[in-house]
Amino acid sequence: MALAAIYSLFIINKSGGLIYYKDYGSAGRIDTNDSLRLASLWHSMHAISQQLSPIPGCTGIDLLQAHNFDLHCFQSLTGTKFFVVCETGAQNMETLLKVIYELYTDFVLKNPFYEMEMPIRCELFDLNLAQVIHKYRVALLGR
Amino acid sequence: MQFFGGGSLTSVAPEVTPSPAAPPGTGTGANAQVLYVFNRNGVCLLYREWHRPLHTLDPTQDHKLMFGLLFSLRSFTSKIDPTTAEKGNLGVPLLPGQGCSFYSFKTNTYKLNFMESPSGIKLILITHPRTGDQRDSLKHIYNLYVEYVVKNPLYAPGTPIK
Repeated sequence: MALAAIYSLFIINKSGGLIYYKDYGSAGRIDTNDSLRLASLWHSMHAISQQLSPIPGCTGIDLLQAHNFDLHCFQSLTGTKFFVVCETGAQNMETLLKVIYELYTDFVLKNPFYEMEMPIRCELFDLNLAQVIHKYRVALLGR
Repeated sequence: MQFFGGGSLTSVAPEVTPSPAAPPGTGTGANAQVLYVFNRNGVCLLYREWHRPLHTLDPTQDHKLMFGLLFSLRSFTSKIDPTTAEKGNLGVPLLPGQGCSFYSFKTNTYKLNFMESPSGIKLILITHPRTGDQRDSLKHIYNLYVEYVVKNPLYAPGTPIK
């Protein structure tokens, strides 16, 4: 039975800057500078993949499959990208990303003190996100 | 399923090269079929397109961009890998076997399948997004490359395959 463990979550603003990063159990600790670099790298590669598309209308990478992990990405209509690093073969990650997007709109965008494109420092967002991730893990492990 | 430009786009017959037959149901509508082979220095040894509706850049730029993307993606996946503790720094060129590498990525319009041999030969196959795992096909293509190209005494390594 595959345990769809989520290793980490990144949220990137429309210019490619990292606004949120949460680690849920990676083997190696990624420090702040590296996480910023990885986020911008992903942003550029997402854009390049659109340019390389042989068919018009490409919206960028949705899923990256590597030998040790999978990476699911969701881009909102405004260009904010949510991507999650998870175990290979994880199911329902797209739904999870959409739920996280909903939390983002509810607790971050509707927060009057939150400045657009700045790093996310909203308690309610953190709380609800932790709840969702926990619920998600329990649901999968319980099966 | 996306339909582009209406009408029927008939499949382009592949040129006579040592390449496997295109999967069934390809070459129509929104299916793309393109193959790239690069060596470790970024020289494009082989480029074949069986169906490619959109050409954004001229061929040399396209090859460079493709190679650059793969190079950076490998660096990225090796660094973001959650299962190994010891990671090198971003931007350090990676050897063919070093670090976790990806084997495919999918967008809404195409799927890119990738394989790198220990000698640094990179095989890229672009297919329809719903194609399954192509790692075996890529291994097959690599074997053909070894059989017909590497063992050809008249072939000079590092030059495009003719």
